[in-house]
Amino acid sequence: MTAKPARAIGAHNAKVMNRFELTKRLVVQLKRDEAVIGGIGNANFDLWASGQRPQNFYMLGSMGLAIPIALGVAIAQPRRHVIALEGEGSLLMQLGCLATVAERAQKNLTIVVWDNGIYQITGGQPTASATVADLVAIARGAGIANSAWAADEANFDQLTASALKGEGPSLIAARIDNKPAVATTDRDPVQIRERFMRGLGVKAGPNS
Amino acid sequence: MTDTQTRVTTWHEIVLATLKANDVKLVVYVPDRVFTPLIKAIHADTFFTTFAATREEEALGIIAGAWMGGLRGAALMQTSGFGTIPNALASLVVPCQIPALIFVSERGTLGEFNLGQALVCKTMRPVLNSLAVENITITRLDELAFTVDRSIKQAVATQAPVTFILSPLLTGGKVFEG
Repeated sequence: MTAKPARAIGAHNAKVMNRFELTKRLVVQLKRDEAVIGGIGNANFDLWASGQRPQNFYMLGSMGLAIPIALGVAIAQPRRHVIALEGEGSLLMQLGCLATVAERAQKNLTIVVWDNGIYQITGGQPTASATVADLVAIARGAGIANSAWAADEANFDQLTASALKGEGPSLIAARIDNKPAVATTDRDPVQIRERFMRGLGVKAGPNS
Repeated sequence: MTDTQTRVTTWHEIVLATLKANDVKLVVYVPDRVFTPLIKAIHADTFFTTFAATREEEALGIIAGAWMGGLRGAALMQTSGFGTIPNALASLVVPCQIPALIFVSERGTLGEFNLGQALVCKTMRPVLNSLAVENITITRLDELAFTVDRSIKQAVATQAPVTFILSPLLTGGKVFEG
């Protein structure tokens, strides 16, 4: 990452934004068939709603594995940038993967964490990030130096643009509101996996 | 086999050679004492990309992603670590039809000294069988290459995961040292 914010933005003074709006802002920046892994629940629902790119993978189970899956894709296809969209509850379940990503120094990997401080889809129970846990501090501590809170929408755009240049791994955390996802992903795992592999050029055939 | 060919005589040499022959280039593991010679040899061979994951289900997620990206991968773990992966099997690998290659160093039997290991071992095959995941316990050196080679090919051709359970009868297992 070449451009860094002049000062570190803490979770407490980052603007509360909207996940679907930020997902759309991210997707419009994807010009090179970047792969996107949508974590379980609202992260992949809003990714689905943002337009069903063939390079999107929607995770219907396996809570916590969006980042490991994205790491695997990034290793397999080092010339393609890969983005994991993950909720903070899911990340808290699989924090060790941050150390694995850091140790691999996977340049073509960006992690986006949506943090609304609640396990939204299961009834709104509070996550540790609502009070004590700072996900950016955790990521830096795990070795992902390029980790930052998005201060606002414009800063989110800057951080994602910088991350997509490929000097990763990077982690971008965004505080979000508790609005539900705007749509629900079609739950057909084989079709999701097939479309994704065609979208990545691994399998021949139509992209959609 | 002639004297000019490399003699492959140990279980770990056979596993390494069979992975190579089947173009399995990614090996993600959670460390295990019994698998140490295999892990060392894989690290020493530039054909492979290999590293440790912090948890077995993480390793499974990584090789699932790699498969979708066009790279064949295997996950190495011991019996107790298998206990972390049923959700990843049931909600990712099996429904998405991903040919994950899973190697388990079997503990909990044939001289186990840790009750926790022994009990986890009893859950492993019932979990795999209930998900209809192919699982093969390998005890004999002379059957190892054939079994692993053919089963990797079947996994890829049928888009289904396979678990190789390497018995202490094959590897020597881990012995209580008092």
